[in-house]
Amino acid sequence: MATLAAPACATAPASTQSGLWSWIATTDHKRIGTLYLWTALAFFLIGGLEAALIRTQLARPNMGFVSAETYNQLFTMHGTTMVFLAVMPLSAAFFNYLIPLQIGARDVAFPRLNAFSYWVYLLGGIFITLPILFQVAPDGGWFGYAPLTTNQFSSGPNIDFWVIGLQILGVSSLAAAFNFITTIINLRAPGMTLMRMPMFTWMSFVVQFLLILAFPPITVALVFLLMDRFFGTTFYAIAQGADPLLWQHLFWVFGHPEVYILILPAFGLVSEVLPTFSKKPLFGYNVMVYSGIMIGFLGFGVWAHHMFAVGMGAVADSIFSLMTMLIAIPTGVKIFNWIATMWAGEVRFTVPMKFAIALIAMFTIGGISGVMHSSPPADLQQTDSYFVVAHFHYVLFGGSIMGIFAGIYHYYPKITGRFLNERLGNVHFWLNFIGMNLTFFPMHFSGLLGMPRRIYTYDAGQGWDLFNLLATYGTYLLVIATAVFVWNFVRSRTRGAIAGGDPWGAATLEWSIPSPPPEYNFAQIPTVTSRYPLWDLKDPSWHEGEDSHGDTGTPGPSPLREETETHTAKALGIPMPYPTAKPAFAALGLVVMFSGLLFLRNDLFAVAMTVTLGGAAMLIGGLYAWLTSPLE
Amino acid sequence: MASHAIAGHDDGHAHTHHTTTGLDNRKIAIWAFIGSECMLFASLISTYLIYKGKSLVGPYPHTEYTDAAGKVFPAILDIPVTSASTFVLLMSSLAMVLALQAVQLKGTPLPANAGWWTRAQRSSQLWLGMTALLGATFLGFQAYEFTAFVREGLTIKTNLFGSTFFTLTGFHGAHVTVGVLWLMSLLWIDRTRGLGPKDELVVDIAALYWHFVDVVWIVIFTLIYLIQ
Repeated sequence: MATLAAPACATAPASTQSGLWSWIATTDHKRIGTLYLWTALAFFLIGGLEAALIRTQLARPNMGFVSAETYNQLFTMHGTTMVFLAVMPLSAAFFNYLIPLQIGARDVAFPRLNAFSYWVYLLGGIFITLPILFQVAPDGGWFGYAPLTTNQFSSGPNIDFWVIGLQILGVSSLAAAFNFITTIINLRAPGMTLMRMPMFTWMSFVVQFLLILAFPPITVALVFLLMDRFFGTTFYAIAQGADPLLWQHLFWVFGHPEVYILILPAFGLVSEVLPTFSKKPLFGYNVMVYSGIMIGFLGFGVWAHHMFAVGMGAVADSIFSLMTMLIAIPTGVKIFNWIATMWAGEVRFTVPMKFAIALIAMFTIGGISGVMHSSPPADLQQTDSYFVVAHFHYVLFGGSIMGIFAGIYHYYPKITGRFLNERLGNVHFWLNFIGMNLTFFPMHFSGLLGMPRRIYTYDAGQGWDLFNLLATYGTYLLVIATAVFVWNFVRSRTRGAIAGGDPWGAATLEWSIPSPPPEYNFAQIPTVTSRYPLWDLKDPSWHEGEDSHGDTGTPGPSPLREETETHTAKALGIPMPYPTAKPAFAALGLVVMFSGLLFLRNDLFAVAMTVTLGGAAMLIGGLYAWLTSPLE
Repeated sequence: MASHAIAGHDDGHAHTHHTTTGLDNRKIAIWAFIGSECMLFASLISTYLIYKGKSLVGPYPHTEYTDAAGKVFPAILDIPVTSASTFVLLMSSLAMVLALQAVQLKGTPLPANAGWWTRAQRSSQLWLGMTALLGATFLGFQAYEFTAFVREGLTIKTNLFGSTFFTLTGFHGAHVTVGVLWLMSLLWIDRTRGLGPKDELVVDIAALYWHFVDVVWIVIFTLIYLIQ
């Protein structure tokens, strides 16, 4: 929008380093965040391509566009890619980039561990994605239900890639979570109390706890599956007395908190966007914090609502049904607080704001169909049908993806120093919004008419034809929308309008420094006296007569916005972490170590041992070299 | 996991960074890590309990089993031997406490009338080595137990008990192994350049991990061996 015209200063250099090696050896949270962003967007495109192929196959009855085997690989990899390689790392891109900036820190607590997390993610992502080029991609669904995924029913190498790949990706998520928990607890600027933290940092904080508590159960489930597949254990061997529900329980104890791992960062992002473009503080900040914590807490008590159809009995069904209905309350609170934030505000309908509002509307639709599933009798009708597919795409696409796009349009100027083109952004938004609804809304109908999930084709005359055709058209619209976005994203890096430090008139610390930020972030660590330090700076009396918004101190001399030009860290005497490729080397060792297991499939025991031990030696050597060298 | 040099290249920055809580970053990270590890062992232990008594064939942990051919397999767990190894592991935690204390007291003058015990208490190398040795002894017991079970006809493939038992105790053994390597690294640093009060945190973190692994064993020992 025209009102966003920025001061005509050149963008500050993001870093004094350049070249491929500087990226491999970087320990700067902003550069690692940028790596996450590019990599996750690449995987998002791959996952989207898989979706387009799926929808092409389902466009009409009895299509032969892909075989049943390929179809299984496509839907498995679409889910796995979108969950583990696109949405989670897109959130991680924002964790990396924003958390230190929002709390007034110079970096994360463990910069090298942060680099390690990224490289494990990249290499693990490649490991799990490459097999689709050779038609041996995982084909057991993103949930990989055992015993279906045991040797007895899935004897090929497909599932091996999935089990090992997810194990590798889990290491990345856990390492990152320990890092961010420590960063948020320990590296806040003076005066940045917990209840003054920006809402994105708060929601990220909750997510890190979900990660460290939810990933171990799936790690264990995957270890069991790995042992069953490679070493002949009996964890999922029904003939030996194993419980067919063991996997489902362990998986969903992870899988349901995972849903909130995917959505809470998006909630955090729109909680930054909505106040900025409404020129009002976030309505009910405290309650927003508490409801976020409540969602995280209740998220661990609802896993078995994914399993109503297995016959757990009336008592278990009732408890999980009740817990599921309960979780709608804190979520509903958030919806209403966002609406109340906009209420009577000076709303500016920028592209990020449109995406944020779209999240509120679309997530509400997905939330309502979710509450429908919480009732076991209703769920028994809907489970395994396209109605469920419609539901979780409304919360994941309508929620997470919309929120992440809001975040990308909002923070692109901070990251690159330039705006994304507003007109192309509007085209992207509307195509995306229409395409999403055209894709997923008809699935409610085909689902209620009985169309099951995960079938590669269907017969005509069951009333599903029109809805499937509409959904496929919608997907093609999404492909066009994404192409517009990619074009905008790439082009604006060099052609976008110069943004300046605080292009949107936002309130939090990340906007007090130049765009893109200097490598040390803050020349002087700021002192914080309220939740909205930049609004205080503009007009200390802006919130008179309202509640205090965490403002308890008297604003002292603040170094905010003192900088007019950027210096090098050296000139300012700020110690910076040395660039080092040791974390990347250790990450490579980890992936090599795990991939040695693949050779067991062909009884190449010696090769497997050599590769695994070689990888372990690389990992341990890399770790020792890294831990015994100074950080800065 | 630590981002600062554990070998103590004392670059001066490690101690000048201000933190919100006043605690070192590594201390917070290790607690978060232990929290996560709790969920890991909770999942493993839960699976063991869910499958308890569900094995279709023996050998069984606490009861005799006769197979179709009439071969008799006695109850396989050797509780006295494992009680001994449990005692060894518990004593290693005591040695760990003394190691931390010795590092903290490094450089503090000994009282003039100090006896042999007071002198021994000051040797961080003795106690770090002792902790590692006791940990390694525990692993030796575990290796003996595993091979004895295999000889008696229980492998990881035999039945649900074998799968869950070897995986759970194997995971714990792997944690002890990491701990022993960690302690030996500290011992090596102590021997080459000496650990002192400024390294308290580095030893403290290793100690937290070691005690956690010890506590997990107490739970495992109680649930697998003591409760029938």
